[in-house]
Amino acid sequence: MTFTLLILAVLMAVVVGWLLRQTLNTAPWQPRAADDAASGSAFDTGPRVLGLAAFLAVVTSLFALFISAYLMRRHMHDWADLPEPDILWVNTVLLVFASLVYHRSRGAAIRGEAATLKIGLALAGLLTFLFLAGQLIAWRELHDTGHYASRNPANAFFYLLTAVHGLHLAGGLWVWARSVVKIMSGAEPEAIRTSVQLCTVYWHYLLLVWLVLFALLLYT
Amino acid sequence: MAYVAIADRDHEIAHHDPQTFIRKYIWSQDHKVIAVQYGLTAIFVGVVALCLSVMMRLQLGFPNEFSFINPESYYQFVTMHGMIMVIYLLTALFLGGFGNYLIPLMCGSRDMVFPYMNMLSYWVYLLSVIILLASFFVPGGSTGAGWTLYPPQAIAPGTAGVEWGIVLMLVSLAVFIVAFTMGGLNYVTTVLQARCRGMTLMRLPLSVWGIFMATILGLLAFPALLVSAIMMLLDKTIYTSFFMPDMVSAGEQTVYTNGSPILFQHLFWFFGHPEVYIVALPAFGIVSDLLATHARKNIFGYRMMVWAILAIGGLSFIVWAHHMYVSGMNPYFGFFFATTTLIIAVPTAIKVYNWVLTLWQGNIHLRVPMLFAIGFIFTFIHGGLTGIFLGNVVVDLPLSDTYFVVAHFHMVMGVSPILVVFGAIYHWFPKITGKMYNERLGRWHFWLTFLGTYSIYLPMHYLGFLGVPRRYFAMGDTEFMPASAQALNESITISAIIVALTQLIFFYNVVTSLARGKKADPNPWGATTLEWQTPDTPPKHGNWGHELPEVHRWAYDYSVPGHPEDFIPQNVPAEVAPVGRRHGVTHA
Repeated sequence: MTFTLLILAVLMAVVVGWLLRQTLNTAPWQPRAADDAASGSAFDTGPRVLGLAAFLAVVTSLFALFISAYLMRRHMHDWADLPEPDILWVNTVLLVFASLVYHRSRGAAIRGEAATLKIGLALAGLLTFLFLAGQLIAWRELHDTGHYASRNPANAFFYLLTAVHGLHLAGGLWVWARSVVKIMSGAEPEAIRTSVQLCTVYWHYLLLVWLVLFALLLYT
Repeated sequence: MAYVAIADRDHEIAHHDPQTFIRKYIWSQDHKVIAVQYGLTAIFVGVVALCLSVMMRLQLGFPNEFSFINPESYYQFVTMHGMIMVIYLLTALFLGGFGNYLIPLMCGSRDMVFPYMNMLSYWVYLLSVIILLASFFVPGGSTGAGWTLYPPQAIAPGTAGVEWGIVLMLVSLAVFIVAFTMGGLNYVTTVLQARCRGMTLMRLPLSVWGIFMATILGLLAFPALLVSAIMMLLDKTIYTSFFMPDMVSAGEQTVYTNGSPILFQHLFWFFGHPEVYIVALPAFGIVSDLLATHARKNIFGYRMMVWAILAIGGLSFIVWAHHMYVSGMNPYFGFFFATTTLIIAVPTAIKVYNWVLTLWQGNIHLRVPMLFAIGFIFTFIHGGLTGIFLGNVVVDLPLSDTYFVVAHFHMVMGVSPILVVFGAIYHWFPKITGKMYNERLGRWHFWLTFLGTYSIYLPMHYLGFLGVPRRYFAMGDTEFMPASAQALNESITISAIIVALTQLIFFYNVVTSLARGKKADPNPWGATTLEWQTPDTPPKHGNWGHELPEVHRWAYDYSVPGHPEDFIPQNVPAEVAPVGRRHGVTHA
């Protein structure tokens, strides 16, 4: 649980700390023209950015808890370390490239370069689909070599962690698909700029999560 | 390009009013409609759980008198009652119901920032309720594992509902968490980004602060329940051994290897303790506003109330193992959690003092919402004090899993927040419906409920002291339980039936007032907060008409010296009326 507590402590420190700073040195019962002029927005950014930030905090909590459960379960006697399929390295490279391509697409969306954006989105989507396919191949490999989920908790955690990560990526692909449909049916890059920017952050985040999970699986 | 606040670009945003009946009242993206949908669904499923509790009490008060209650069905009632009440009623009602209704109005915005996702969150919540209720009708019935769903019993033969009930329960919880996450993202983002001009965070009413902090807790804590639900589902369906130990069941060796039931307990209570604050914090916030409005007095120590909400929220993540003192943990572990548990009592107590000090020398109007608010103070102090007993490891050891615990959590979760729910419904009824409720029926409802719940739970503490265990179908002839304990059980059951029937008064009041109630004044209580300053009552789609409000003062300008009226709404400019808190003795 220590791992989760550390992550949660950081998140809570950020959230509660920020809230405290907003509320210290205030005297709301007194009139203040500066307060009257307050815009009603805590951050100079659109609500969708904040929505994604809050969602990433939730996903962080989720993965931190899965990792905690993994680290706690490891200590029981039935744990047998799993040999990670080599294809996972290929998948990792695919996801890194998907992130890079998405980043490039983000630049194209900001600069209004429709052609680059279309190619970039298509490529990022393709690389992500290949990553997911590669994960399924890894699952097949383990299944074919008798590493069933019920046989040993290390196997079970492998399937579970990769499945949860993959599902989050699939959710991202849903948003990706909506932007692709829009841009391919003639919309201007500006129409999907925010979506592409947010998806880029999401892809980078899920890459980071994958790197942490992969390292965890490799070194334990 | 520079960011323009939502309040400042209100005129550029296209506002499309829904036209058809379906878009207005069914597939509605209006936060007020969604709030009512959440409220009605939550209350419906709460009534189901209330009936389950009556059946439990029938067995406890009059053991073996009713043929349809056997040990298996009794535990199914216990489990479903608990799960429905905590999650599907209280969490959904406070956040989905009151959160959805109050946040945009109290913040001065037209709606939530993600209205489509808000609508989806309700329908996914409804789906989770349907899945849960379906578990009554599947082969084997619903799960009888207790709302805490501890493995290995939850999925081992011998517990009711191991074939399908537990699966549906876990799936329903996962679906609820998806719904809640969608709603939660809305609440935090709206509070942070969509307030109107002049509405700083410290000018928000405490109702918003309570719901806001509860949402943050929920967003970070519900994943723990999701993790444990997914892992238990896998243990059940594909025979993994996350939680299931190497064990023999009904004489046969199971396929499980060395899983850890304690791991489940840690994960569950890491969610479970913040969950009780997710229920309590909105109640704290709302009751502050009820007290201030009906006592015509600013809430005492507004800043401390905000900081106490933040402190309680933060600390709630490091007390979870006080639910696990008897799990065989290292005593130093218990000592640490007892310490944090007692620390969290400090900001909680500060809030109680401030509520009482708000009432002190206030111009108290004992209207129905105020009665419920004062009832909350009584019952919460009572329940909170018994929590101090249980928070200490050594005292908890003999009291754990007895009726003392049951009495404690019902007082703090079942009675106090429900009194706030009723108080809040009566308080905002004129705004939501445009009609006034019947005052006399409201008073009858209050007194019967308040005195009735005391007569249920006060004696229950004595049963706990005697050592009467919880989650027992029948006590049988046990030496340490005198016959008077059974007599006490009978009297508690009779009180429970009376209190359950009393709620019919409330429903009758709501329905008849909706149909024939007097038309309500737009601001019958003389409240300062923005939701009472809408141009229409009930507020129309878009809430504010053509212009968003502008705020010039905090939410508690009651009985301001020098002003003829005993309240000044938040959107009244400073030139028109003085801003300032009341000092000294009331002169109203």
